[in-house]
Amino acid sequence: MNLTLKIWRQKDARSKGKIVDYPISGVEGDMSFLEMLDMLNEGLIEKGEEPVVFDHDCREGICGSCSLQIDGEPHGPDRFVTTCQLHMRKFNDGDTIYIEPFRAKAFPVIKDLMIDRSSFDRIQQAGGFISVNTSGNTIDANAIPIRKEDADQAMDAATCIGCGACVAACKNASAMLFTSAKVSQFSLLPQGQVEATERVMAMVNQMDEEGFGNCTNTGACEIECPKGISLENIARMNREYLKASLKG
Amino acid sequence: MGGLIKSSIARKVAMALSGLFLVFFLLQHFSINFTSVFSPDLFNELSHFMGINPIVQFALQPILIFAVIFHFVMGFILELQNNRARAVKYAKYNGSANASWVSRNMIYSGLVVLAFLGLHFYDFWVPEIVYKYVEVNPEVPTRYYEELVHKFESPIRTGLYVLSFVFLALHLWHGFASSFQSVGFNNKYAVGATKFAKAFAILIPLGFVVIAVIHHFNH
Repeated sequence: MNLTLKIWRQKDARSKGKIVDYPISGVEGDMSFLEMLDMLNEGLIEKGEEPVVFDHDCREGICGSCSLQIDGEPHGPDRFVTTCQLHMRKFNDGDTIYIEPFRAKAFPVIKDLMIDRSSFDRIQQAGGFISVNTSGNTIDANAIPIRKEDADQAMDAATCIGCGACVAACKNASAMLFTSAKVSQFSLLPQGQVEATERVMAMVNQMDEEGFGNCTNTGACEIECPKGISLENIARMNREYLKASLKG
Repeated sequence: MGGLIKSSIARKVAMALSGLFLVFFLLQHFSINFTSVFSPDLFNELSHFMGINPIVQFALQPILIFAVIFHFVMGFILELQNNRARAVKYAKYNGSANASWVSRNMIYSGLVVLAFLGLHFYDFWVPEIVYKYVEVNPEVPTRYYEELVHKFESPIRTGLYVLSFVFLALHLWHGFASSFQSVGFNNKYAVGATKFAKAFAILIPLGFVVIAVIHHFNH
Protein backbone atom coordinates (compact mmCIF):
# COMPACT_ATOMS: atom_id res chain seq x y z
CA MET A 1 0.00 0.00 0.00
CA ASN A 2 1.37 3.44 -0.94
CA LEU A 3 0.12 6.36 1.10
CA THR A 4 0.69 10.08 1.51
CA LEU A 5 0.77 11.17 5.14
CA LYS A 6 0.09 14.79 6.01
CA ILE A 7 1.54 15.06 9.50
CA TRP A 8 1.53 17.99 11.94
CA ARG A 9 5.14 18.84 12.83
CA GLN A 10 5.87 21.22 15.68
CA LYS A 11 9.31 21.64 17.24
CA ASP A 12 8.06 22.43 20.73
CA ALA A 13 5.18 24.01 22.64
CA ARG A 14 6.23 27.55 21.74
CA SER A 15 7.01 27.02 18.06
CA LYS A 16 4.53 27.35 15.25
CA GLY A 17 3.70 24.04 13.64
CA LYS A 18 2.75 23.06 10.11
CA ILE A 19 1.54 20.11 8.07
CA VAL A 20 4.37 18.24 6.32
CA ASP A 21 3.84 15.65 3.56
CA TYR A 22 5.45 12.21 3.87
CA PRO A 23 5.02 9.64 1.11
CA ILE A 24 5.26 6.09 2.48
CA SER A 25 5.25 2.76 0.66
CA GLY A 26 5.19 -0.90 1.67
CA VAL A 27 2.43 -0.45 4.24
CA GLU A 28 0.66 -3.76 5.02
CA GLY A 29 -3.03 -3.97 5.86
CA ASP A 30 -2.25 -6.01 8.99
CA MET A 31 -0.07 -3.25 10.44
CA SER A 32 -1.52 -1.18 13.22
CA PHE A 33 -1.57 2.57 12.64
CA LEU A 34 1.23 3.03 15.17
CA GLU A 35 3.33 0.33 13.50
CA MET A 36 2.93 2.26 10.26
CA LEU A 37 4.21 5.38 12.06
CA ASP A 38 7.08 3.30 13.50
CA MET A 39 7.98 2.32 9.94
CA LEU A 40 7.86 5.95 8.85
CA ASN A 41 10.11 6.94 11.75
CA GLU A 42 12.65 4.21 10.96
CA GLY A 43 12.86 5.62 7.43
CA LEU A 44 13.26 9.17 8.75
CA ILE A 45 16.01 8.11 11.16
CA GLU A 46 17.86 6.30 8.34
CA LYS A 47 17.72 9.50 6.30
CA GLY A 48 19.04 11.49 9.25
CA GLU A 49 15.76 13.33 9.78
CA GLU A 50 14.00 13.81 13.07
CA PRO A 51 11.34 11.16 13.74
CA VAL A 52 7.71 12.12 14.36
CA VAL A 53 6.92 12.23 18.08
CA PHE A 54 3.62 10.62 19.17
CA ASP A 55 2.12 9.26 22.40
CA HIS A 56 1.82 5.51 22.92
CA ASP A 57 2.26 2.94 25.66
CA CYS A 58 0.33 -0.33 26.05
CA ARG A 59 -0.69 -0.66 22.39
CA GLU A 60 -3.67 -2.78 23.39
CA GLY A 61 -6.31 -0.11 23.88
CA ILE A 62 -6.40 0.17 27.65
CA CYS A 63 -3.85 2.77 28.77
CA GLY A 64 -5.28 5.86 27.09
CA SER A 65 -1.88 7.10 25.94
CA CYS A 66 -2.30 7.05 22.20
CA SER A 67 -4.24 9.85 20.64
CA LEU A 68 -4.07 11.29 17.08
CA GLN A 69 -6.72 12.98 15.00
CA ILE A 70 -6.70 10.78 11.89
CA ASP A 71 -8.47 12.10 8.80
CA GLY A 72 -10.52 14.45 10.93
CA GLU A 73 -11.60 11.93 13.58
CA PRO A 74 -10.03 11.02 16.93
CA HIS A 75 -8.49 7.52 16.76
CA GLY A 76 -9.41 7.38 13.07
CA PRO A 77 -12.48 6.20 11.17
CA ASP A 78 -13.06 2.95 13.13
CA ARG A 79 -15.48 2.82 16.08
CA PHE A 80 -14.70 1.64 19.64
CA VAL A 81 -10.96 1.40 19.04
CA THR A 82 -7.97 3.48 20.01
CA THR A 83 -5.32 4.51 17.49
CA CYS A 84 -3.11 1.58 18.52
CA GLN A 85 -5.95 -0.84 17.63
CA LEU A 86 -6.66 0.82 14.28
CA HIS A 87 -5.38 -1.25 11.38
CA MET A 88 -4.15 -0.05 8.03
CA ARG A 89 -6.66 -2.30 6.25
CA LYS A 90 -9.15 0.51 6.95
CA PHE A 91 -7.31 2.56 4.32
CA ASN A 92 -6.82 2.11 0.60
CA ASP A 93 -3.77 2.23 -1.64
CA GLY A 94 -3.13 5.80 -2.75
CA ASP A 95 -4.96 7.40 0.19
CA THR A 96 -3.87 10.70 1.70
CA ILE A 97 -4.17 10.61 5.50
CA TYR A 98 -4.15 13.68 7.74
CA ILE A 99 -2.53 13.04 11.12
CA GLU A 100 -2.85 15.80 13.71
CA PRO A 101 -2.65 16.08 17.49
CA PHE A 102 -5.88 16.23 19.53
CA ARG A 103 -6.63 19.96 19.46
CA ALA A 104 -7.75 21.89 22.51
CA LYS A 105 -6.45 24.88 24.43
CA ALA A 106 -6.38 22.60 27.48
CA PHE A 107 -4.29 20.00 25.57
CA PRO A 108 -1.22 22.02 24.50
CA VAL A 109 1.10 20.38 21.99
CA ILE A 110 4.43 19.31 23.53
CA LYS A 111 6.03 18.27 20.25
CA ASP A 112 4.63 17.11 16.90
CA LEU A 113 1.69 14.84 17.78
CA MET A 114 2.40 14.56 21.50
CA ILE A 115 0.06 16.55 23.73
CA ASP A 116 -0.07 17.48 27.40
CA ARG A 117 -3.24 15.95 28.89
CA SER A 118 -2.38 16.76 32.51
CA SER A 119 -5.54 18.90 32.62
CA PHE A 120 -7.42 15.56 32.87
CA ASP A 121 -5.19 14.56 35.81
CA ARG A 122 -6.03 17.81 37.59
CA ILE A 123 -9.78 17.26 37.07
CA GLN A 124 -9.37 13.77 38.53
CA GLN A 125 -7.30 15.08 41.43
CA ALA A 126 -9.94 17.71 42.21
CA GLY A 127 -12.48 15.10 43.29
CA GLY A 128 -12.20 11.79 41.44
CA PHE A 129 -11.58 9.70 44.56
CA ILE A 130 -13.30 8.34 47.67
CA SER A 131 -12.12 8.47 51.28
CA VAL A 132 -12.18 5.20 53.18
CA ASN A 133 -11.78 4.78 56.92
CA THR A 134 -8.88 2.38 57.30
CA SER A 135 -8.46 2.65 61.07
CA GLY A 136 -9.75 -0.83 61.78
CA ASN A 137 -13.35 -0.14 60.77
CA THR A 138 -13.00 -0.77 57.05
CA ILE A 139 -15.97 -2.49 55.44
CA ASP A 140 -15.06 -4.85 52.64
CA ALA A 141 -16.49 -3.37 49.43
CA ASN A 142 -17.78 -6.82 48.48
CA ALA A 143 -19.89 -6.87 51.66
CA ILE A 144 -21.87 -3.78 50.60
CA PRO A 145 -24.94 -4.76 48.55
CA ILE A 146 -25.21 -2.79 45.29
CA ARG A 147 -27.96 -3.09 42.69
CA LYS A 148 -26.76 -4.93 39.59
CA GLU A 149 -27.92 -2.07 37.31
CA ASP A 150 -25.98 0.49 39.36
CA ALA A 151 -22.87 -1.66 39.47
CA ASP A 152 -23.03 -2.18 35.70
CA GLN A 153 -23.47 1.53 34.98
CA ALA A 154 -20.66 2.47 37.37
CA MET A 155 -18.40 -0.07 35.71
CA ASP A 156 -19.34 1.21 32.25
CA ALA A 157 -18.41 4.75 33.33
CA ALA A 158 -15.17 3.49 34.87
CA THR A 159 -14.04 2.04 31.54
CA CYS A 160 -13.09 5.58 30.46
CA ILE A 161 -9.36 5.52 29.78
CA GLY A 162 -8.98 9.30 29.73
CA CYS A 163 -7.55 9.42 26.21
CA GLY A 164 -9.21 12.75 25.35
CA ALA A 165 -10.99 11.62 22.18
CA CYS A 166 -14.19 13.22 23.51
CA VAL A 167 -12.47 16.60 23.68
CA ALA A 168 -10.85 16.12 20.28
CA ALA A 169 -14.15 15.18 18.62
CA CYS A 170 -16.23 17.93 20.19
CA LYS A 171 -16.52 21.05 18.05
CA ASN A 172 -16.32 23.02 21.31
CA ALA A 173 -13.40 21.04 22.80
CA SER A 174 -15.60 20.22 25.79
CA ALA A 175 -14.47 17.70 28.41
CA MET A 176 -17.96 16.95 29.72
CA LEU A 177 -17.95 13.26 28.73
CA PHE A 178 -14.65 12.54 30.49
CA THR A 179 -15.59 14.49 33.63
CA SER A 180 -19.08 12.99 33.73
CA ALA A 181 -17.68 9.44 33.49
CA LYS A 182 -15.36 10.15 36.41
CA VAL A 183 -18.21 11.64 38.43
CA SER A 184 -20.64 8.82 37.53
CA GLN A 185 -18.35 5.94 38.44
CA PHE A 186 -18.58 7.12 42.07
CA SER A 187 -22.00 8.76 42.23
CA LEU A 188 -23.68 5.44 41.38
CA LEU A 189 -22.03 3.59 44.27
CA PRO A 190 -22.63 3.87 48.04
CA GLN A 191 -18.91 4.47 48.59
CA GLY A 192 -19.16 7.62 46.47
CA GLN A 193 -22.00 9.24 48.38
CA VAL A 194 -19.98 10.77 51.22
CA GLU A 195 -18.17 13.26 48.98
CA ALA A 196 -20.84 13.46 46.26
CA THR A 197 -21.56 17.19 46.69
CA GLU A 198 -17.95 18.34 46.91
CA ARG A 199 -16.81 15.98 44.17
CA VAL A 200 -19.03 17.19 41.35
CA MET A 201 -18.53 20.87 42.23
CA ALA A 202 -14.75 20.53 42.44
CA MET A 203 -14.38 18.48 39.27
CA VAL A 204 -16.65 20.74 37.18
CA ASN A 205 -14.91 23.86 38.50
CA GLN A 206 -11.53 22.38 37.61
CA MET A 207 -12.80 21.41 34.16
CA ASP A 208 -13.90 25.01 33.57
CA GLU A 209 -10.65 26.43 34.91
CA GLU A 210 -8.64 24.31 32.48
CA GLY A 211 -10.26 26.14 29.55
CA PHE A 212 -12.34 23.38 28.00
CA GLY A 213 -15.36 24.51 25.96
CA ASN A 214 -19.07 24.21 26.77
CA CYS A 215 -21.15 21.17 25.89
CA THR A 216 -23.83 21.73 23.22
CA ASN A 217 -25.10 18.15 23.10
CA THR A 218 -23.88 17.36 19.58
CA GLY A 219 -23.13 13.81 20.75
CA ALA A 220 -19.83 13.62 18.83
CA CYS A 221 -17.98 12.56 22.01
CA GLU A 222 -20.17 9.50 22.52
CA ILE A 223 -19.74 8.39 18.91
CA GLU A 224 -15.95 8.77 18.95
CA CYS A 225 -15.27 7.42 22.45
CA PRO A 226 -13.22 4.22 22.06
CA LYS A 227 -14.86 2.84 25.20
CA GLY A 228 -18.44 3.76 24.29
CA ILE A 229 -19.00 6.06 27.29
CA SER A 230 -22.65 7.15 27.11
CA LEU A 231 -24.14 10.65 27.08
CA GLU A 232 -26.30 9.47 30.00
CA ASN A 233 -23.27 10.19 32.16
CA ILE A 234 -23.39 13.87 31.19
CA ALA A 235 -27.09 14.06 32.10
CA ARG A 236 -26.26 12.38 35.43
CA MET A 237 -23.45 14.87 36.09
CA ASN A 238 -25.80 17.77 35.28
CA ARG A 239 -28.29 16.41 37.82
CA GLU A 240 -25.55 15.89 40.41
CA TYR A 241 -24.23 19.40 39.82
CA LEU A 242 -27.64 21.06 40.13
CA LYS A 243 -28.34 19.06 43.29
CA ALA A 244 -24.98 20.05 44.75
CA SER A 245 -25.45 23.72 43.79
CA LEU A 246 -28.82 23.87 45.54
CA LYS A 247 -27.30 22.27 48.66
CA GLY A 248 -24.76 25.11 48.59
CA MET B 1 -24.95 29.19 44.60
CA GLY B 2 -22.04 31.07 43.02
CA GLY B 3 -21.23 28.03 40.93
CA LEU B 4 -24.69 28.12 39.40
CA ILE B 5 -23.90 31.41 37.67
CA LYS B 6 -20.32 30.80 36.68
CA SER B 7 -20.04 27.17 35.59
CA SER B 8 -20.38 25.65 32.14
CA ILE B 9 -23.18 23.39 33.40
CA ALA B 10 -25.11 26.38 34.77
CA ARG B 11 -24.81 28.13 31.41
CA LYS B 12 -25.99 24.99 29.67
CA VAL B 13 -29.01 24.64 31.97
CA ALA B 14 -29.80 28.36 31.58
CA MET B 15 -29.75 27.97 27.78
CA ALA B 16 -32.04 24.95 28.05
CA LEU B 17 -34.54 26.61 30.40
CA SER B 18 -34.73 29.86 28.41
CA GLY B 19 -35.12 27.75 25.26
CA LEU B 20 -37.93 25.70 26.82
CA PHE B 21 -39.70 28.89 27.83
CA LEU B 22 -39.45 30.16 24.26
CA VAL B 23 -40.77 26.82 22.96
CA PHE B 24 -43.78 27.19 25.27
CA PHE B 25 -44.31 30.74 24.01
CA LEU B 26 -44.07 29.53 20.42
CA LEU B 27 -46.84 27.01 21.04
CA GLN B 28 -49.07 29.69 22.54
CA HIS B 29 -48.30 32.05 19.62
CA PHE B 30 -49.07 29.33 17.12
CA SER B 31 -52.36 28.46 18.82
CA ILE B 32 -53.60 32.04 18.50
CA ASN B 33 -52.33 32.48 14.94
CA PHE B 34 -53.98 29.23 13.92
CA THR B 35 -57.42 30.61 14.81
CA SER B 36 -56.93 33.28 12.10
CA VAL B 37 -57.27 30.55 9.46
CA PHE B 38 -60.80 29.47 10.42
CA SER B 39 -62.22 32.30 12.58
CA PRO B 40 -61.16 35.95 12.15
CA ASP B 41 -63.48 36.85 15.02
CA LEU B 42 -61.85 34.44 17.45
CA PHE B 43 -58.43 35.64 16.30
CA ASN B 44 -59.45 39.25 16.93
CA GLU B 45 -60.86 38.36 20.32
CA LEU B 46 -57.74 36.51 21.46
CA SER B 47 -55.39 39.17 20.04
CA HIS B 48 -57.36 41.90 21.74
CA PHE B 49 -57.17 40.03 25.06
CA MET B 50 -53.38 39.63 24.68
CA GLY B 51 -53.07 43.27 23.66
CA ILE B 52 -54.87 44.81 26.62
CA ASN B 53 -54.43 42.31 29.46
CA PRO B 54 -52.09 43.97 31.99
CA ILE B 55 -50.55 40.65 33.13
CA VAL B 56 -49.68 39.77 29.52
CA GLN B 57 -48.50 43.28 28.68
CA PHE B 58 -46.54 44.24 31.78
CA ALA B 59 -45.49 40.90 33.29
CA LEU B 60 -45.31 38.19 30.61
CA GLN B 61 -44.12 40.42 27.76
CA PRO B 62 -41.04 41.73 29.63
CA ILE B 63 -40.22 38.16 30.74
CA LEU B 64 -40.48 37.03 27.12
CA ILE B 65 -38.23 39.84 25.89
CA PHE B 66 -35.73 39.05 28.64
CA ALA B 67 -35.78 35.33 27.69
CA VAL B 68 -35.16 36.14 24.01
CA ILE B 69 -32.29 38.54 24.77
CA PHE B 70 -30.79 36.18 27.37
CA HIS B 71 -30.96 33.21 24.98
CA PHE B 72 -29.17 34.89 22.10
CA VAL B 73 -26.65 36.83 24.19
CA MET B 74 -25.74 33.64 26.08
CA GLY B 75 -25.59 31.82 22.74
CA PHE B 76 -23.01 34.33 21.45
CA ILE B 77 -20.99 34.13 24.67
CA LEU B 78 -20.93 30.34 24.52
CA GLU B 79 -19.89 30.42 20.86
CA LEU B 80 -16.99 32.77 21.63
CA GLN B 81 -15.88 30.67 24.60
CA ASN B 82 -16.09 27.50 22.54
CA ASN B 83 -14.02 29.02 19.75
CA ARG B 84 -11.37 30.04 22.27
CA ALA B 85 -11.28 26.48 23.65
CA ARG B 86 -9.71 25.36 20.36
CA ALA B 87 -7.44 28.18 19.31
CA VAL B 88 -5.59 26.15 16.65
CA LYS B 89 -8.09 24.54 14.28
CA TYR B 90 -7.76 21.15 12.62
CA ALA B 91 -6.44 21.04 9.06
CA LYS B 92 -9.03 18.32 8.48
CA TYR B 93 -12.12 18.01 10.67
CA ASN B 94 -14.73 15.43 9.75
CA GLY B 95 -17.61 16.80 11.84
CA SER B 96 -20.30 15.01 9.85
CA ALA B 97 -18.84 11.63 10.90
CA ASN B 98 -20.08 11.97 14.44
CA ALA B 99 -22.63 14.79 14.74
CA SER B 100 -25.49 16.19 12.69
CA TRP B 101 -25.09 19.42 10.70
CA VAL B 102 -27.94 20.95 12.68
CA SER B 103 -26.31 20.31 16.07
CA ARG B 104 -22.99 21.75 14.89
CA ASN B 105 -24.48 24.91 13.39
CA MET B 106 -26.95 26.15 16.00
CA ILE B 107 -25.27 29.56 15.91
CA TYR B 108 -26.17 30.00 12.21
CA SER B 109 -29.76 28.76 12.47
CA GLY B 110 -30.04 30.94 15.57
CA LEU B 111 -28.74 33.99 13.69
CA VAL B 112 -31.36 33.53 10.98
CA VAL B 113 -34.08 33.25 13.64
CA LEU B 114 -32.69 36.37 15.32
CA ALA B 115 -32.78 38.28 12.02
CA PHE B 116 -36.34 37.09 11.57
CA LEU B 117 -37.23 38.36 15.04
CA GLY B 118 -35.90 41.77 13.98
CA LEU B 119 -38.24 41.71 10.96
CA HIS B 120 -41.10 40.41 13.10
CA PHE B 121 -40.65 43.16 15.68
CA TYR B 122 -40.52 45.75 12.87
CA ASP B 123 -43.67 44.28 11.33
CA PHE B 124 -45.85 43.73 14.37
CA TRP B 125 -44.41 44.56 17.76
CA VAL B 126 -43.08 48.10 17.12
CA PRO B 127 -46.27 49.29 15.30
CA GLU B 128 -48.33 47.77 18.11
CA ILE B 129 -46.35 49.57 20.82
CA VAL B 130 -46.51 52.85 18.85
CA TYR B 131 -50.25 52.41 18.28
CA LYS B 132 -51.03 51.73 21.92
CA TYR B 133 -48.46 53.52 24.03
CA VAL B 134 -46.97 56.33 21.87
CA GLU B 135 -49.90 57.56 19.79
CA VAL B 136 -52.38 56.27 22.42
CA ASN B 137 -55.00 55.40 19.83
CA PRO B 138 -58.42 54.14 20.90
CA GLU B 139 -58.75 50.37 21.10
CA VAL B 140 -60.37 48.78 18.05
CA PRO B 141 -60.97 45.13 18.97
CA THR B 142 -61.50 44.09 15.35
CA ARG B 143 -58.35 45.55 13.77
CA TYR B 144 -55.96 42.59 14.30
CA TYR B 145 -57.09 40.22 11.57
CA GLU B 146 -56.91 42.90 8.84
CA GLU B 147 -53.43 43.93 10.02
CA LEU B 148 -52.25 40.31 9.91
CA VAL B 149 -53.60 39.65 6.41
CA HIS B 150 -52.21 42.96 5.16
CA LYS B 151 -48.68 41.96 6.23
CA PHE B 152 -48.78 38.80 4.15
CA GLU B 153 -49.73 40.56 0.91
CA SER B 154 -46.08 40.90 -0.07
CA PRO B 155 -44.61 37.73 -1.62
CA ILE B 156 -41.14 38.79 -0.49
CA ARG B 157 -42.22 39.11 3.13
CA THR B 158 -44.11 35.81 2.97
CA GLY B 159 -41.05 34.16 1.41
CA LEU B 160 -38.80 35.51 4.16
CA TYR B 161 -41.21 34.20 6.80
CA VAL B 162 -41.22 30.75 5.19
CA LEU B 163 -37.41 30.67 4.96
CA SER B 164 -37.06 31.81 8.57
CA PHE B 165 -39.38 29.08 9.79
CA VAL B 166 -37.29 26.48 7.98
CA PHE B 167 -34.31 27.65 10.03
CA LEU B 168 -36.43 27.77 13.17
CA ALA B 169 -37.34 24.12 12.54
CA LEU B 170 -33.63 23.26 12.22
CA HIS B 171 -32.86 25.17 15.42
CA LEU B 172 -35.67 23.44 17.32
CA TRP B 173 -34.77 20.02 15.89
CA HIS B 174 -31.59 20.01 17.95
CA GLY B 175 -32.37 22.61 20.62
CA PHE B 176 -35.69 21.37 21.98
CA ALA B 177 -34.70 17.70 22.25
CA SER B 178 -31.25 18.43 23.68
CA SER B 179 -32.68 20.71 26.38
CA PHE B 180 -33.89 17.56 28.16
CA GLN B 181 -30.33 16.23 28.27
CA SER B 182 -29.09 19.62 29.54
CA VAL B 183 -31.40 19.60 32.54
CA GLY B 184 -30.36 16.03 33.34
CA PHE B 185 -33.40 14.24 31.91
CA ASN B 186 -32.01 11.21 30.10
CA ASN B 187 -33.79 7.98 31.03
CA LYS B 188 -36.23 5.57 29.36
CA TYR B 189 -38.95 8.27 29.34
CA ALA B 190 -36.63 10.71 27.57
CA VAL B 191 -36.94 8.65 24.39
CA GLY B 192 -40.63 9.55 24.10
CA ALA B 193 -39.96 13.16 25.07
CA THR B 194 -37.30 13.41 22.36
CA LYS B 195 -39.71 12.05 19.74
CA PHE B 196 -42.29 14.61 20.84
CA ALA B 197 -39.67 17.40 20.60
CA LYS B 198 -38.65 16.33 17.08
CA ALA B 199 -42.30 16.23 15.96
CA PHE B 200 -42.87 19.66 17.53
CA ALA B 201 -39.79 21.02 15.72
CA ILE B 202 -41.32 20.10 12.37
CA LEU B 203 -45.05 20.60 12.94
CA ILE B 204 -45.14 23.99 14.65
CA PRO B 205 -42.88 25.84 12.16
CA LEU B 206 -44.75 24.07 9.35
CA GLY B 207 -48.00 25.32 10.85
CA PHE B 208 -46.70 28.91 10.87
CA VAL B 209 -45.65 28.50 7.23
CA VAL B 210 -49.09 27.19 6.26
CA ILE B 211 -50.80 30.10 8.03
CA ALA B 212 -48.58 32.67 6.23
CA VAL B 213 -49.10 31.01 2.84
CA ILE B 214 -52.88 30.73 3.29
CA HIS B 215 -53.19 34.43 4.12
CA HIS B 216 -50.91 35.35 1.22
CA PHE B 217 -52.99 33.48 -1.36
CA ASN B 218 -56.39 34.22 0.17
CA HIS B 219 -55.90 37.91 0.06
